[in-house]
Amino acid sequence: MGILEVQNINKRFGGLQALGNVNLEVQEGSCHAIIGPNGAGKSTLLNVLVGKLIPDTGSVTFEEKNVLGRKPHEINQMGISRVFQTPEIFGDLTVMENMLIPCLARRDGSYSLKAFISIPSEKALNTEAEEMLDEVNMLEKRDMQASSLSRGDKRRLEMAMCLVQQPRLLLLDEPTAGMARADTNNTIELLKEIKDKRNITMAIIEHDMHVVFSLADRITVLAQGTPLVEDTPENIKGHPKVREAYLGEAQV
Amino acid sequence: MESIILQLLNGLDKGSAYALIALGLTLIFGTLGVVNFAHGALFMMGAFIAVTLNMLFGISFEVEDPTRTDFLGNVMMVDTPYVVYWFGEGVGNWLIDWSVPISVVVAIPVMALIGIAMERGLIRFFYKRPHADQILVTFGLAIVLQEIIKAFYGANPIPTPAPEAFVGSFDVGQLLGFDPFAVMYPYWRLVYFFFAALIIGLVFAFLQFTTFGMVVRAGMADRETVGLLGIDIDKRFVTMFAIAAIVAGLAGVMYTPILSPNYHIGMDFLVLSFVVVVVGGMGSLPGAVAAGFLLGILQSFASMSWIIELIPGINQVVIYLVAIVILLTRPRGLMGRKGVMEE
Amino acid sequence: MLGLNAKDARLYIIVLVMLIFAPFFLNPFPETSGLAQFNAGYPDMMQRLVIFGLFAVGFNILFGLTGYLSFGHAAFLGVGSYAGVWMFKLLTMNVLPALIVSTIAAGLFSLLIGYISLRRSGIYFSILTLAFAQMCYSLAYSVLTPITGGETGLQLALDDPRIIGTQQTAEGNIPVPHLFGLPMNSNTTLDLGAWSFTFSVGYYFAAVIFALAFYFTIRLFRSPFGLMLRAVKSNQSRMSYTGLNARPYTLAAFVISGMFAGLAGGLMVSMDPLAGAERMLWTASGEVVLMTILGGVGTLIGPILGAGVITYLEAIVSTINSTILHEWFSGLPDGLENFMVNILYPFVGKGWHLTLGLVFMTVVIFLPGGIVEGGRRIYGLFSRKRRQSDATPPNAAAQPGPGE
Repeated sequence: MGILEVQNINKRFGGLQALGNVNLEVQEGSCHAIIGPNGAGKSTLLNVLVGKLIPDTGSVTFEEKNVLGRKPHEINQMGISRVFQTPEIFGDLTVMENMLIPCLARRDGSYSLKAFISIPSEKALNTEAEEMLDEVNMLEKRDMQASSLSRGDKRRLEMAMCLVQQPRLLLLDEPTAGMARADTNNTIELLKEIKDKRNITMAIIEHDMHVVFSLADRITVLAQGTPLVEDTPENIKGHPKVREAYLGEAQV
Repeated sequence: MESIILQLLNGLDKGSAYALIALGLTLIFGTLGVVNFAHGALFMMGAFIAVTLNMLFGISFEVEDPTRTDFLGNVMMVDTPYVVYWFGEGVGNWLIDWSVPISVVVAIPVMALIGIAMERGLIRFFYKRPHADQILVTFGLAIVLQEIIKAFYGANPIPTPAPEAFVGSFDVGQLLGFDPFAVMYPYWRLVYFFFAALIIGLVFAFLQFTTFGMVVRAGMADRETVGLLGIDIDKRFVTMFAIAAIVAGLAGVMYTPILSPNYHIGMDFLVLSFVVVVVGGMGSLPGAVAAGFLLGILQSFASMSWIIELIPGINQVVIYLVAIVILLTRPRGLMGRKGVMEE
Repeated sequence: MLGLNAKDARLYIIVLVMLIFAPFFLNPFPETSGLAQFNAGYPDMMQRLVIFGLFAVGFNILFGLTGYLSFGHAAFLGVGSYAGVWMFKLLTMNVLPALIVSTIAAGLFSLLIGYISLRRSGIYFSILTLAFAQMCYSLAYSVLTPITGGETGLQLALDDPRIIGTQQTAEGNIPVPHLFGLPMNSNTTLDLGAWSFTFSVGYYFAAVIFALAFYFTIRLFRSPFGLMLRAVKSNQSRMSYTGLNARPYTLAAFVISGMFAGLAGGLMVSMDPLAGAERMLWTASGEVVLMTILGGVGTLIGPILGAGVITYLEAIVSTINSTILHEWFSGLPDGLENFMVNILYPFVGKGWHLTLGLVFMTVVIFLPGGIVEGGRRIYGLFSRKRRQSDATPPNAAAQPGPGE
């Protein structure tokens, strides 16, 4: 039994079958990559997992609890965090404030109306946030406004915000999209470290095969909304069906 | 049955005004993406074009009337409007009598100029600003415009009559086979309804059948893509703003005989028209028109005496209530499109 | 101090000092001088300053922090003032119960309206609140006349029950609102040479309430709750993917700002026990929006400055008439004098709203950050000059300061 179980998901947009009979099982502690050509339904699948989209049929369970039909914030409170393709951070706030928000969310739940406590007096949370910032090498930028960060820093901040919540499942939507080679390698190192040190299960959507093969334990190939193969990276390389899915379009 | 038809008719003229204003609001919102709180002021300015023309035609000077004498035997002085003096009895009096319809002709270029001035001078700097800023600046503009009108025309409503030919009522009931005088409907309101229908028809035809309209509709659907096709949308959008201003202005001109305009008539209509736009669905032109008539008629039904007895005050709030219910059950309004104004 | 950091404590002390000494520095001109009309140190004016300051500070908690633009907050002020007058009519002329009930009534009312309106955001939210406020206004004028007094407004009467305390004074008059016997309208006047300063019970009472509310606001701004409200404004989507439900936060902010408005309404009737429906009109809601943006949205001091400027301008500008204008320009040749008077006349007296609208537009167009932002820019200009004259190498991009 995996930590995340996806069964028989179907999703239609008008006449388009975006997802057809998707089954997926992510094992605890693994890094599971989902790859596939453009329009294969990767992002749709991710949106279903975080509660942004509701599928027509099927079920999604996380640690044997039902995920479907819950609101995004409830799903996050279950232990699933998400990193977006374009970093989603609180641009108007400082880096440190950005970090404090997930810390508060983890401790106080989905809301708490503490209007009479000053933030500096929350010593434990501040330390926690600072340690996490230090870990991603951003401590010296703690008072900068988040929107003024470079793209790479925004990505690291977002990752740190997800990690400080200590999720049990981390969903990553093309974490290296649009990054330079050096940045990509840094991100790979960071993710490897997360995987080894924190034992967080990861599900990752990625185009860059270099990233996929350096990180993933298992790979699912999606094509036209259905899973084609699921196997270890070694077996996926050179798999005829995969080649067909990627190159098939080119041959037409 | 008679009373139902009567209320239906009564709702039509108010509904027409709502529909016309809401149509302009939606055009501006859909094409330029601007929430225009000064749109009511355009309606008001239209109304005051009619008032101004009526006053201008009425400017008189005193002449001696040799045919009449007062009790002392002096020749009496009679007020004679200049237009009568210049163009003679027939034409002059006709001009005074028909000042409201004539204002329509005058209002078209004037409103177009006002619209263009507003767009070029102010609104265009706000395309990329947040909606809250757009609301605030146009709200400020609305206050300024209405205060200017107040400074010139005072605070009291100014009666502006319809032409003599349209005074009186039309017996709709007899036409439909009811007793005479059962359902009476003032001629001018009938004129207003047909006028509104004509304007709405013209705007829709313009959008539907001209290349210009096609581009604008495409722009409303997906501004970015149309921009990428190398079409200068902005230039077209100025025109759309002018058209919206003309529509609001004409709605105001023709409304003057129904309701004597004062300086805050625009604000009164604006709040309701916003509700109409929201009910119809932000960005949907047919939705705006349909919701305008629907709410106008609903309001008129809510004013029936037995309904007021049943639920006191319902006539005052029915529109807002409907808006609240619709927004909560159908967040995009009756005919709203997905993705419009949703963050 | 009081759990505030040094910067906030300094701000708070400045505000306290301003409140305490307002009767002095709002009356800078001697009684006999021609400039005395610019004095604002009379009780009625000072009370209005504080009350509208309270209203704007509360509105800022919603609009400034969460970015939700409500166009219906005047309704809560209206509800607060009706509730206050009813307490005077039914229970007692003591202002404390009236204020408490005003605040609670407005709080409950805003809970209801907020619960419904906050289901939508952006322009839809603005229009929903506008619709609600207009509905309240229409109802207050028509059907609810037994409760609101309709067009004449809700007034005290001699035969009101007033269960606790006196129903009528010994002379057979309606008693005045008081705080445990201390009448709100009593004044002490201090004459110092040509100057005359008035100390009013009503003003100082309102100032104490304001000081308490402002302290609460500072604490709220610096709390985790305040941080979450700013997060709502910044990125609601990230917020929900961080496991936070924005709705309770926005609703709480809405209710708190509604309660501030109700408290302001209660204070208003404590100074002058009369409540009218025109206080609920949407232009009144627009005015508080203007105060907030004029001062600086989302800042602590901004709404106070904005409310001060608008209230002061309104009082001064609307009392200027053509005689005063002629006096001002009497030094000029006749033709020029008349010309100046004619130019300025539409903007003063009854034309105050025209000035207001122009100020509104100017601020939104040129200074979206309001007075506070303007001050910051001027300060930045000077400090940059100083830094350059210190011959430091031209620094790279100026470090953006933290959000405040």
